Amino acid sequence: MSLNTVWVIAEPANGAISSTSLELLSHAKKLGATVSAITWGANGASLAAQAGEYGATTLYDAGDLGGALAGAPVASAIAALVASAGKPDAILIPSSPDGRDIAGRLSVKLDTGVLTNVTGLTAEGVAEHQIFGGTQVASSAFTAGGPGLFVIRAKSFVAEAAGGAAASVQAIAAGDLGATNGAKVIAVHVEERQGPKLADASVVVSGGRGLGEASAYSLVEEIATLLKGASGASRAIVDAGWVPYAKQVGQTGQTVKPDVYVACGISGATQHMVGMKGSKTIVAVNKDPDAPIFQIADLGIVGDVHKVLPALIEKLKSR
Amino acid sequence: MNIVVCVKQIPDPAAPQSLDPSTYNLDRSGKLILDEADTYGVEMALQLRDKAGAGEVTVVSMGSAADLSGIRNALAMGADKAVVVSDDALRGTDALGTAKVLAAAIKPLGADLVLCAVESSDGYTGTVPVQLAELLGLPAVTFAKAVTVENGTVSVNRQTEAGYDEVTSPLPAVVTVTAGVVEPRYASFKGIMAAKSKPVDQKSIADLGLASVAGNANAGQKITALVAAETRQAGEKHVDDGDGADKIVAFLESIKVL
Repeated sequence: MSLNTVWVIAEPANGAISSTSLELLSHAKKLGATVSAITWGANGASLAAQAGEYGATTLYDAGDLGGALAGAPVASAIAALVASAGKPDAILIPSSPDGRDIAGRLSVKLDTGVLTNVTGLTAEGVAEHQIFGGTQVASSAFTAGGPGLFVIRAKSFVAEAAGGAAASVQAIAAGDLGATNGAKVIAVHVEERQGPKLADASVVVSGGRGLGEASAYSLVEEIATLLKGASGASRAIVDAGWVPYAKQVGQTGQTVKPDVYVACGISGATQHMVGMKGSKTIVAVNKDPDAPIFQIADLGIVGDVHKVLPALIEKLKSR
Repeated sequence: MNIVVCVKQIPDPAAPQSLDPSTYNLDRSGKLILDEADTYGVEMALQLRDKAGAGEVTVVSMGSAADLSGIRNALAMGADKAVVVSDDALRGTDALGTAKVLAAAIKPLGADLVLCAVESSDGYTGTVPVQLAELLGLPAVTFAKAVTVENGTVSVNRQTEAGYDEVTSPLPAVVTVTAGVVEPRYASFKGIMAAKSKPVDQKSIADLGLASVAGNANAGQKITALVAAETRQAGEKHVDDGDGADKIVAFLESIKVL
């Protein structure tokens, strides 16, 4: 299946297209496909210039969803578009909460499978997935008629503006949604953070269960600040309620690829590794000499984070 | 309130995992356990049932019936009964096929709420719950980190990349829960004994009339190749002797972060 016609979910985020969606648009363009973007929201049409810049010729706009979660109405609008405009070869979807909701609904509406956790995609429609914590790479492809639904992880591709003209905007509309559209957002909470965004930072300092207690996470934050980086976390301490989910790195959290990743008290569960093994360099501090994180660390310090981290803070401060 | 919790028995994630080289199906020949990710949904369901003061918690699963210890574990925690769809023909069924099977098994139960994990810990596909919601014609609220039910409405704090959203939905609905939404209880001895006599309704795909969705042949996609990933080389490992911080500073200098 050659990917000649590709639709990309252009998820709105803070008045622009999300960074993962821009990566998908760029990649679709690079594959040589005719690219259309699909967006929604009160100001969807205002994204036409950015969609065009990253390679889309058409921007389909599902409009204001009236506070509803995106999954049901956007999937319905896309299914209606497939019925009227014909099937694209592929629909590329960011692996975000809303993106995944759209993918699941659309899969049923079009009665086609979904490939998720995709980290690579060829012009022939062959997808790549990192499995078993990134130790093996599986290739996969659709066997039925399509369109192929590919749910793609952040940072799999590089976003590059191609300098195209603004995309032409076409409104699309959901069909009768019945009960499926019942979920409404009544309030939005943005968790405060200081310094660079986790996904964009060139230095990421993360903490895990080995910190022992929630208060010790402040050591991680202090080192991150001193290195002008962002602080992250393993799933274990997010689940334990020490830090918010927005800091989670890994399979179920964010994917980061900083110049250096400093793992403090993180053993290196496969769930975590898949989100950070693309870092340029890795430093790990852990008291267990057999922790799996040491197998991928450029520098491994076998030691107590409660001794090593305060000493590191002193040294960084005195510079 | 009647609550369905979708659960899955998976190979122990702590043990080495592999794909069958001929079918690329996950090797499930070893001991299966209740996916830890599902224990949060079970606990959430038990708390909501007990708060409502009436109703039942039914665990629904698709998979091998040769070993039901994971299902018994959910019953031992306090779930009232189980429905297990098990059929040799189901081996290799994809996510959409799985959702169709679960939807057919859940429909007759008249659930007010269907709880699932965000994703399983073996396949990580993470699409079955929303597919299930679409097949059942229900709203879905995914990535819940807090769930309450009042007057026929479910209120959820839904994780987002920036923080969280407060979302409400009328029941019935499908909700996917993250790890950490509640602290799962351990089964008590009394619970383990009681679980032995709780009903486990086993169904085949013929019972559900779904032969056409099952197995590798009906999956809409397939794995075509499998290779070892490029491995990172482990670098220097140094046992801290009071000089660990110096080593880190020197390393950061060498890569020009400092």
